[in-house]
Amino acid sequence: MSNAPSLLNAEQSAGDRQIPLLEMRGICKSFPGARALHDVAIHLGVGETLGILGENGAGKSTLIKILGGIYRPDAGSIWLSGKEVRFESPNEAIQAGVAIIHQELNLIPAMSVLDNLFLGQEQRGMFSRIGTRFEKDKAKAIFSTLGVDISLQKKCRELSVAEQQMVEIAKALLLNAKILVLDEPSATLSSNEVEKLFARLRELNAQGIGALYISHRLEEVFEITQRCVALRNGELVTEAATGDLTRKEWIEKMVGRSLEQEFPRKDSALQVSDEIVLEAKGLKREPRVRDVSFQLRRGEILGITGLVGSGRTETARILAGADMATFGEVYLNGKRVEFTQPGEAINAGVCLLPEDRKGQGLLISASVQENFGLPSLKSRSRFGVLDEKLELEALERRREELQIKMASPRGKIRFLSGGNQQKVALAKWLERGADVFIFDEPTRGIDVGAKFEIYRLLRQLASEGKAILMITSELPEALGMSDRILVFCDGRVAGVVEDVSTATQEMILNLATPQSGKFLNEGEKLDVQRD
Amino acid sequence: MFRGIEIMKATLNRLRRSAWINDYGMALALVLLAGVLSWLTIEEQQPVGADAGKRLASRIGKASEEMEGAEKPLQALIIGRTHQESVEFVDALAKGLDRLGIEVADQVNGEPSDVRAALESLQQKGVKIDWIACDSASLNWGVISGAPDRFEIASGARILGPEPYLWPNFLKLDNLLNIADQISVIAILAIGMTLVIITAGIDLSVGSLIALSAVTTAWWIREHGGEMAGALTLWVGSGFGIVLCGGIGAFSGWMVTRFKIPPFIVTLSMMLVASGAAFIIAEGRSINEIPDGFTRLGRGSFFMGLPNAAALTLALYLVCHWVMSKTALGRYIYAVGGNPEASRLSGAPVSKTLMLVYTLSGALAGLGGVVLASQLKSGAPTYGLMYELKVIAAVVVGGASLMGGEGRVFGTLIGALIIAVIENGMNLLGVESYTQKVVLGGVILGAVALDRLKRSGGH
Repeated sequence: MSNAPSLLNAEQSAGDRQIPLLEMRGICKSFPGARALHDVAIHLGVGETLGILGENGAGKSTLIKILGGIYRPDAGSIWLSGKEVRFESPNEAIQAGVAIIHQELNLIPAMSVLDNLFLGQEQRGMFSRIGTRFEKDKAKAIFSTLGVDISLQKKCRELSVAEQQMVEIAKALLLNAKILVLDEPSATLSSNEVEKLFARLRELNAQGIGALYISHRLEEVFEITQRCVALRNGELVTEAATGDLTRKEWIEKMVGRSLEQEFPRKDSALQVSDEIVLEAKGLKREPRVRDVSFQLRRGEILGITGLVGSGRTETARILAGADMATFGEVYLNGKRVEFTQPGEAINAGVCLLPEDRKGQGLLISASVQENFGLPSLKSRSRFGVLDEKLELEALERRREELQIKMASPRGKIRFLSGGNQQKVALAKWLERGADVFIFDEPTRGIDVGAKFEIYRLLRQLASEGKAILMITSELPEALGMSDRILVFCDGRVAGVVEDVSTATQEMILNLATPQSGKFLNEGEKLDVQRD
Repeated sequence: MFRGIEIMKATLNRLRRSAWINDYGMALALVLLAGVLSWLTIEEQQPVGADAGKRLASRIGKASEEMEGAEKPLQALIIGRTHQESVEFVDALAKGLDRLGIEVADQVNGEPSDVRAALESLQQKGVKIDWIACDSASLNWGVISGAPDRFEIASGARILGPEPYLWPNFLKLDNLLNIADQISVIAILAIGMTLVIITAGIDLSVGSLIALSAVTTAWWIREHGGEMAGALTLWVGSGFGIVLCGGIGAFSGWMVTRFKIPPFIVTLSMMLVASGAAFIIAEGRSINEIPDGFTRLGRGSFFMGLPNAAALTLALYLVCHWVMSKTALGRYIYAVGGNPEASRLSGAPVSKTLMLVYTLSGALAGLGGVVLASQLKSGAPTYGLMYELKVIAAVVVGGASLMGGEGRVFGTLIGALIIAVIENGMNLLGVESYTQKVVLGGVILGAVALDRLKRSGGH
């Protein structure tokens, strides 16, 4: 890569002949035992949105953290509007107009939305009073431009993840940021919320604000960005206008090899059996789950999609015994079951892979071995004494089968990449064994290569006669993997897509949004009354 | 130049991340501490006991061979004081000299006046003395240094005592056993506290449970025979105290799991309840009607002089280490502390595990109370005051994280030892007790700060 600014300027699109908003030149960063970034240079024009693509571990996060003043680069320089800057702390970056919206939310749960918005930059009124009319007006203005309707007095912990993210974005906008860095902003947002975000982002672009957009969801990156860079193994491999390369070409740049297909093909000889493994009848648990009924058959991958907050995850938790339904019945292999603890569900053959991998799926500070063995401890111990050899052998088998990359079984799981963490989480359930696998967002935050492995695994489980419930917000994934798709809306099953091959994303979106009440198939007369 | 610095940096980083430092860093600190204390407390030591007697005998034997002109067999007078060690010294010395063919004219264990009497009687008998062998204290008595001038029979006598040697006060067996004795109770409690802290909880009630257990055990013994009580009563009484405290621990665990009350609040309340109950049962006084047999646990010793209490503590640590590393229960305890929700979703019995951990903590506090009652041969409601804080300090210095999920029982043992050794060292060096508190507070803070630094350093 050449670092000459003149060359970079020459490459810039016609819209920004001025000095670029941001330039990072020759950035290098190493950690003990790993080279994170090597000679990476990017630039961002005024009013531009630049996509940063790359698999997990490609160096995207490190680059962002250097820009945000969290890490200091080993070599290279950062230029803001033609002036070289050196950030000694995150605060200096914020003061300079770089706002980073991290994947993990940084709101204080017990404080109100308004207090969170102005935390650290309170607009004090008389007698140092905060929460003034001025603050409220300003907050309301930001919210209305974002197109969200969130009560300012609500505590942040009462908000959905999507709403919290909106508050986080609103907070960055309040900081008068010149450069907005969005690190996986859509991971927890539903499609219409993403659309709102994009609309706002375009508006901001028009005002001259630049944005760096990082996401695993390529469709979104292609929609919002004008130009993209692809990182691989800490090096910049490609820089091009977004439309110059096809989706497939971009993925190939990221993974460094040619990609045959995104979803493993289903063996056409395999038919979903008629045998109903799991059936839910009229499940209810306010406020999120209102009335959910469906049937899951042996050998089926049943996709569940819907907006964030539509009750998908909450339904999964009821089925897995994590929460109890206030009304409704669950039948497992024709027998009525009522789980009060996840342990009971697991013993009955129902396991859940939670959507929040770090918070609920794994013991993030424990070792790979401990995580892997946790559900199977009872069966692997005699009189309470654990047979560690058996456990390690099982782990080794699964490691090979799922191609898990890890240093050692005793290594902490937090040092693994997201994809490998998820594989360990899957491996522990495979090892425990179950008839019904409930996977809540199994590929969230995972790079393309690992995604494919997980899809392959899902197919394999289905072909072995397991029943799979796959919750996903990514419609291509739902369409590419499922035998049928349940669309949730407002705590109810708004419709069932029986024939996935003819369905489109628009049809699903139509079902998922509260204002529409259409059915997809004549045969599906599920109750969608709304109060 | 830069290359060199980089290599150094990398080495340092590797060192910081290496498992060895993580696992044994605190043990290393303990060894260093012991080394420093040994160096600071080196002093001239006066040998005592049978060993010193034997050594002195052989010295006299050697010197006697070189003596010419004295008529054989040589006669020796041996002098010591009345306490146990000195009696052993005199006996061993007498036996040793006898073996070497030196006759013991007389041996005295007593005061200077007894020595004078002995010399006078020898004078009357007309026995000529060639050697006067003393223990280190009697060596300085005037009656002995003046004997060759005053008594004719002793005019040719040579006076000899044990040779002083240099040895750290800290490393004297007595002192080490003293440390072991002192930390037993705290170390036993710290096992339970380690488990509780690994589950991200805290148990503030253990100090009061010591008092409750000591008082109920002593009360039971008093009510069932008092000083004449038999062995069975002692066992039942101890069991009663331990089970009662275990029950209180179980109650705390139930409150924590069933009502989701923070452990801090639950155990703070139980601390008050247990302490009050101890005062009520003991009627505010100490219960002393306990047979001597009861002190076997606290004051008796195992083979090689290892105190029973220390042996019990060590055994408990070994068992607990095994449970934590080799059993499903151990895994559950770490898992529940690391992330209760993830553990629950993985099918771990979260509530049961928590209940068990608090029960164990209570029962171990009860055992600690029995040990303390045995050491002090009484049970008083004032026992165990502020012990909970010392115990927590030991656990934290030992590397357990108050956030849960991390910690090792042997780390805790080392933590307890570090605190005990520092306290002991300050006593030996004559540091004032108020100053000791200040230093100890600083040490706890410093140890934990270093630990945090070490953990965050790798990234």
